[in-house]
Amino acid sequence: MFDEKDMILEAKHVTRRFPASGGRELTACNDISLKFYKGKTLGLVGESGCGKSTFMNFLVSLDKPTEGEIFFHGKDITKMKGEELRQNRQNIQMVFQDPNGSFNPKMRIRDIICEPLLNFGRIKKSEKDAVARKYLEMVELPGDFADRFPHNMSGGQRQRVAIARAIALEPELIVMDEATSALDVSVQKTIIELIVDLQKKKNISIGFICHDLGLIQSFAHQIAVMYLGNIIEVLPGENIAETAKHPYTHALLGAVFDIEMDFSKKIESIEGEAPSPLDVPEGCPFQDRCDKCMEICRHKRPETVSLSPDHLVACHLFTNGGANE
Amino acid sequence: MLDINDVTISYGKTPTVKDFSLHMDEGQIISLVGESGSGKTTVIRAVLGLLPGGGKVTEGDILYQGKTLLNLTKDQWRKMRGSEISMIFQDSGAMMNPTKKVGAAFVEYIRTHENISKAEAWKKGVDMLERMRLPSGDNIMRSYPFQLSGGMRQRVGIAMGMTYQPKILLADEPTSALDVTTQAQIVRQMMELRDEYGTSIIIVTHNLGVAAYMSDYIVVMKNGFIEDKGDRDHMLHHTDNPYTQKLLAAVPSLGGARYV
Amino acid sequence: MEKKKKNFFRQHLSFTIFLCLAIGVVLVAIFAPVITGGVSPTEGNLIDSVMAPSKDHIFGTDKLGRDIFTRVIYGTRISVTAAFSVVIIITVVGTFLGILAGYFGGLVDAVIMRISDMMIAFPGLVLALAVAGMLGASITNAVIAVSVVSWTKYARLARSLVLKIKDRDFVKAAIVTGSKTPYMLLRYMLPNVITTIVITGATDIGSMMLELAGLSFLGFGAKSPAAEWGLMLNEGRAYMQSAPWLMIFPGLAIFIVVTIFNLLGDSLRDVLDPRSE
Repeated sequence: MFDEKDMILEAKHVTRRFPASGGRELTACNDISLKFYKGKTLGLVGESGCGKSTFMNFLVSLDKPTEGEIFFHGKDITKMKGEELRQNRQNIQMVFQDPNGSFNPKMRIRDIICEPLLNFGRIKKSEKDAVARKYLEMVELPGDFADRFPHNMSGGQRQRVAIARAIALEPELIVMDEATSALDVSVQKTIIELIVDLQKKKNISIGFICHDLGLIQSFAHQIAVMYLGNIIEVLPGENIAETAKHPYTHALLGAVFDIEMDFSKKIESIEGEAPSPLDVPEGCPFQDRCDKCMEICRHKRPETVSLSPDHLVACHLFTNGGANE
Repeated sequence: MLDINDVTISYGKTPTVKDFSLHMDEGQIISLVGESGSGKTTVIRAVLGLLPGGGKVTEGDILYQGKTLLNLTKDQWRKMRGSEISMIFQDSGAMMNPTKKVGAAFVEYIRTHENISKAEAWKKGVDMLERMRLPSGDNIMRSYPFQLSGGMRQRVGIAMGMTYQPKILLADEPTSALDVTTQAQIVRQMMELRDEYGTSIIIVTHNLGVAAYMSDYIVVMKNGFIEDKGDRDHMLHHTDNPYTQKLLAAVPSLGGARYV
Repeated sequence: MEKKKKNFFRQHLSFTIFLCLAIGVVLVAIFAPVITGGVSPTEGNLIDSVMAPSKDHIFGTDKLGRDIFTRVIYGTRISVTAAFSVVIIITVVGTFLGILAGYFGGLVDAVIMRISDMMIAFPGLVLALAVAGMLGASITNAVIAVSVVSWTKYARLARSLVLKIKDRDFVKAAIVTGSKTPYMLLRYMLPNVITTIVITGATDIGSMMLELAGLSFLGFGAKSPAAEWGLMLNEGRAYMQSAPWLMIFPGLAIFIVVTIFNLLGDSLRDVLDPRSE
């Protein structure tokens, strides 16, 4: 499904460790490798504390990994500094989760949308009004919103402005950190439709962080599942209920409350809680909660296995070591 | 058992909820669903007399087992809350005093309802936590709220709310702040409360999937009014209310339509 | 527009009153020669020394025969200029360093904060005395001494205000959309800091005035024959019992002017009300 020559960004063995009290270390991301393709959406799914936001921060250069490289069209963005780094920001942009906090409350919408363009000298100050209106139209908002302040708009409208700001620099990749989680369900639907529409029109790649599998599978071309800082499965977006293989992915699927589901079946829930990222166990990170846990899972971290060119899974059920158990 | 009759709730002069009526039988689970600003949280807080800053029921009546809840004294409420009607919140953790250990808070809660010694109250607390299938209840009692995860705190909140086996449990967005897998645990637990104790539950949620799974009866609210209501089957499959249909269509479904 | 202005002053009555009084003090400083009718503050006739208040000298004369009323009035010049100088220096320097420390963190933060910690560890007045002692007594050196010791408060304040917003999404968004560092400091960090700094500065005018008078009183500030209130207190000390007016009038002047500026600063806080953010 994905052509290697369409790959625009590749993260290789990215790890992020933070020093914590008492000489311990917090491993937020552990050996993450992911590929982003032109015009396609990668959904990054996982529960709180799994490291998905930390990883996305590397893509927009808000943070640097402790180990690993991230190649954008062959250049390692983790090694960029100063003006080179700033210039590269034109290629990768971000939409934040909280429509309340992502705008300077003292700036009007016009200034918010045009700030990126002025930063790179792409427009003149006199063109601000016209440009702002152009982008507001692209996100289906009336042009005279340009005069408003962020607090005079609804959550859904603010997210549209956030999207307008993100596309202003015509980036190749946009990272969206739970961009719809704070919105009402009906508003969420319209925002997703806008995102999909813009993606088709401008051929933008999207990295969408989400905790809702039901939502992400409706518009992601590929889905990566994270647990405790590790990528445990990467699979195509269609039919994930049938094709998913990792026990944790199954647990996530089982925990989705679907209005089409069979209500007489008890909802599946895995017992226990995710261990602290300060105390990641040796071996497979999911061992304590996995109903298929084997001896090898407790002392050897499963390597990533290709079930098919677009389907990777990190589980001993599919590794040679596991097959021998 | 619980009757809310044509209730209007106002803050100062502005009514935020109007003409709200609901009848609940024993052992029923009812969801109040709606988008932000629909008034669903206001209704549920009004039942327990917990409307913040100046909110009042200005019209209609709320009856519990035939007797009105609108003019109870502080003492009467103290007897009522926890033993007859209980409530759990979106973030039970925030409801707990962060400088107090869970055990201390639980013991204090028990001793406002019963005149027993601290040691006995402690045992009762641990017992309750274990009945809610929380591991190492004693450890939990000895922890501060911030030392527990969000899911654990919610379950402690449910345990405390259920200590006196109230007839009605009110839940205000109990799973909105939780991970999907934790949400599933909590929902399961709440359903078991109905099976084991016959507790009636009113749950406020914006998650239609959770509402559909849990409830016998669903009420859809919009802008302070009841927009639509009916039993689960009717609401999911047979309603012709366009707003309900719009809400249902907007819920992403695993087997549902894809955009790509 | 006129109505808006009128309403503003009516609503913030205390601020208006104290602002007028403060402006009054400044005007006194500016028009000192007019008010005193051309009498010299530094020259006096020894024959007239230590004379009680009378028609010719309404505040009396000091030990060198100089008119105390004139000296008190001219004293506003030194006090106001020196106090304002100190406040301007410490707010500008402190805010600048504080913003840098808060925004850049790491080594920059560590260096600035450790220097600030060292300053705080010393009792302010003692350090000011040491600096003034090294540089020699003069009102300029007193200004330098007090500034050296007092900038740390503003650095800490600016730094903490910067830290409060540095991790907010809209700041991250500005960085991600390619804003340059000077732009971030000037357009994002500074506006967030400035209201609180201005209020703190206004409230400090009074205290700085007091500190400078204190240094002068101890002999480390203004030098004779300057007409400075602290110095006047020192000169009048020997006559405390016999000719109290040598100390009373400069003392009152300090008290009144410092109070006016303190209350101005307080009422400014109510006007700007940073709590509304």
